[in-house]
Amino acid sequence: MLHYIGRRLLQLIPVLLGMTFIVFLIIRAIPGDPAQVILGQQANKETVEALRESLGLNNPWYVQYFDYLKGLLTGDLGVSLRTNQPISSEIWPYLAATFELAFFAMFIAVVIGMNAGIISAWFQNTWFDYLAMVLALIGVSIPVFWLGLLEQWMFSINLGWFPTSGREEVRDPITAITHFYLIDTLIQGRFDQFGTVVKHLFLPGLALATIPMAIIARMTRSSMLEVMRSDYIRTARAKGQKMFVVVYKHALKNAIIPILTVIGLQTGLLLGGAILTETIFSWPGIGRYIYEAIGFRDYPVIQSGILVVAFLFVMINFIVDILYSVIDKRIKYS
Amino acid sequence: MLKKLWPAALLLLLLVLAACGGNDDQAGNDEGDQKSNVPQVLVFGRGGDSVSLDPAIVTDGESAKVTINLFETLVNFGEQDTTIQPGLAESWEVSDDGLTYTFKLREGVKFHDGTDFNAEAVVKNFERWKAGASEKFYYYHSMFKAEGEDIISEVIVEDDHTVVFKLSRPQAPFLKNLAMFPFGIASPAALEKYGESFGDNPVGTGPFKFVEWKRNDSITLEKFADYWQEGLPKLDKVIFRAIPDNSARLNALVAGDIDLADGINPSDAKSVESNGDLQLIERPSMNVGYLGLTVTRPPFDNKLVRQAVNHAIDKKAIVDAFFLGRAEVAVNPMPSSISGYNDEIQDYEYNPEKAKELLAQAGYDGTPIELWAMPVPRPYMPDGRKVAEAIQKNLQDVGIPSEIKTAEWATYLEMANNGEFDAFLLGWTGDNGDADNFLYTLLDKDTIGSNNYTYYSNEEVHKLLVQAQSEVDEEKRNELYKKAQELIKEDAPWVPLAHSTPLLAAKKGVTNYKPHPTGSEVLSKVEMK
Repeated sequence: MLHYIGRRLLQLIPVLLGMTFIVFLIIRAIPGDPAQVILGQQANKETVEALRESLGLNNPWYVQYFDYLKGLLTGDLGVSLRTNQPISSEIWPYLAATFELAFFAMFIAVVIGMNAGIISAWFQNTWFDYLAMVLALIGVSIPVFWLGLLEQWMFSINLGWFPTSGREEVRDPITAITHFYLIDTLIQGRFDQFGTVVKHLFLPGLALATIPMAIIARMTRSSMLEVMRSDYIRTARAKGQKMFVVVYKHALKNAIIPILTVIGLQTGLLLGGAILTETIFSWPGIGRYIYEAIGFRDYPVIQSGILVVAFLFVMINFIVDILYSVIDKRIKYS
Repeated sequence: MLKKLWPAALLLLLLVLAACGGNDDQAGNDEGDQKSNVPQVLVFGRGGDSVSLDPAIVTDGESAKVTINLFETLVNFGEQDTTIQPGLAESWEVSDDGLTYTFKLREGVKFHDGTDFNAEAVVKNFERWKAGASEKFYYYHSMFKAEGEDIISEVIVEDDHTVVFKLSRPQAPFLKNLAMFPFGIASPAALEKYGESFGDNPVGTGPFKFVEWKRNDSITLEKFADYWQEGLPKLDKVIFRAIPDNSARLNALVAGDIDLADGINPSDAKSVESNGDLQLIERPSMNVGYLGLTVTRPPFDNKLVRQAVNHAIDKKAIVDAFFLGRAEVAVNPMPSSISGYNDEIQDYEYNPEKAKELLAQAGYDGTPIELWAMPVPRPYMPDGRKVAEAIQKNLQDVGIPSEIKTAEWATYLEMANNGEFDAFLLGWTGDNGDADNFLYTLLDKDTIGSNNYTYYSNEEVHKLLVQAQSEVDEEKRNELYKKAQELIKEDAPWVPLAHSTPLLAAKKGVTNYKPHPTGSEVLSKVEMK
């Protein structure tokens, strides 16, 4: 097992290198002089030259690339042009916001999506199956910004259950420690604030969960249907096992692999920051961080933001690969 | 594996539900308290986050909205106009030649860090701006430098509370320029202490002091207890929240998450007015939305074609349909409230026949043009795309085929800057209520490459505008601007479309909120009832 993890880690190296190279190219792909573009038309010659020097643009490209890699290895993601802050420290609150929302959304998506898929498979071709699959179809197709506004109208304005947007009640601000507000409020023993954080997570979480939920439900259903036809399931049922046990204990175990793949991919996507959801619910996450950086032509932030998101995507896939063999012992990699 | 996970998941779910339930009771209690004693906290919802809280280095309105509450300028604008009122300076004297301004500073004013505000502090601030690079202190350099020459040649400490400004040449809107938000006086001690990160640790003399900034989310200010104006500010706390989507912002207001929202769509005005808990607030108009015709690109390099376009567009219909009456039809490049406005100018009437004649005369061959529409709602134009569609139809009617195009906002401005558009929608909100800030800033040959996006260049107009900058006699100055407007009308680099009234909405309990035409206002008198 350890041997396998080690080998997979080694295989990651070329992937990560390729990734950094592409991201490195982004800033060089701007037509014209990046330093001039960054500073604007009115900037004088000396300032442009000074920035060229500090960005290392006067060196040959391979020197620039290795300098860039060296920086990355020491945790240097560059400095934001807009705020003058090192990106490596500035990016964390945004990442934490996105993590919290993405995992909350995936939690909803997995719990509801998998169960809906299992029950649909169990009661194949019944009204529940049809209803669940129609809902799943709506779920994948619904535009998020529209769903988001509808949720706000329904749950905030009419029912008053949840706040419309943001991460916290700003009138009673949360002191950030880890920037995971669910954890921060618990550390500080503020259970009331923990409640408001969950409430703030709910609507964006639900909006963000719809697509993965629908995809997971459909994948679970088809995967379960396949497994349910196999001989060992018939045997289990013939032995007189309860249906519930057959489905959740015997069948799910074998059906889980493709579902896990989908969950992994979807988590990766959500971590990329869902710009639309973050905009509608004014969620200060990584998606909007990068999006606003584009608006301000803050190239170092765009570059490092994309790099971090891509890195997370690769890591999630790596974890999913490891999980395969943890869950299904028959999967042995040699 | 899974067997172990499910109970954990169930436990988490229960915990979440319990937390939600627990909070409901608390919310109920809070509301009960509120009725007896309204908390003096204002949550201001707006479209974007600030760039920096150092006013000297920013140009965006979202930064100004916050910094104007943290920093004060030597002179202020009126509550809802751009007349000049005392600020950190109690009084001032101007020499007859307009070259020396002597300001008597208010005594007993403190910065938020406890240091004293005095003449020395004023000088230090001006020295900082003057010495800095022009990209960094954009406003200082655009207002107080001309052709590389410093307009403010010296700032001298006369005594602890008297400061003298020596100008190298008279500048008519000098006081109006000084009243602009970028020239808020910062604490020299804090500038030294924080250096580059002063924008994250702003220290001024304003009614509110800085508490916390959660980027892309919220900025919190609290009452400055030692503020020099007795009894102000009324609010204990002001929280600015960035909610980018207009509809979501209105939803947040209706649901009670925020108390005040700017950037209300004209189409939402009715629903605000019919909501008993809300009030609709109009910001006094000081802007212009226009269709620019780049004079260096065919077919608009021909004056007759530009005049034809002016005749072709039905402005009244556009204002009625897309501003829903919340705007005036524009005739000149600046609104009529600004001194020097020429109300004798006859606008090009809407007349497609006349337009066709002019096009024929110009020898226009029917080559299609590109019509650019901004991708984001702006205060001076709530829906650029729809306005562009109406203009497209108007142009089609007189035989100018056009294709509507757009680009992401920063790219859009960059392209406009480079003169890459044939025809484009844009606009401007005034900084200080002076004619110079519209006519010179937007249409002088000097400002090509910054705000003169049509690349319009007319020597005579340039002479008039530059002369007006240093003409101290108000009447003579207005005459110069009136003449310039005539020439601009004739040359027709623009089709001025509308002067809109930006809308805000607030809870009924928000009192004494007076929006300022420049787009940012001091909230010291606002009260929650």
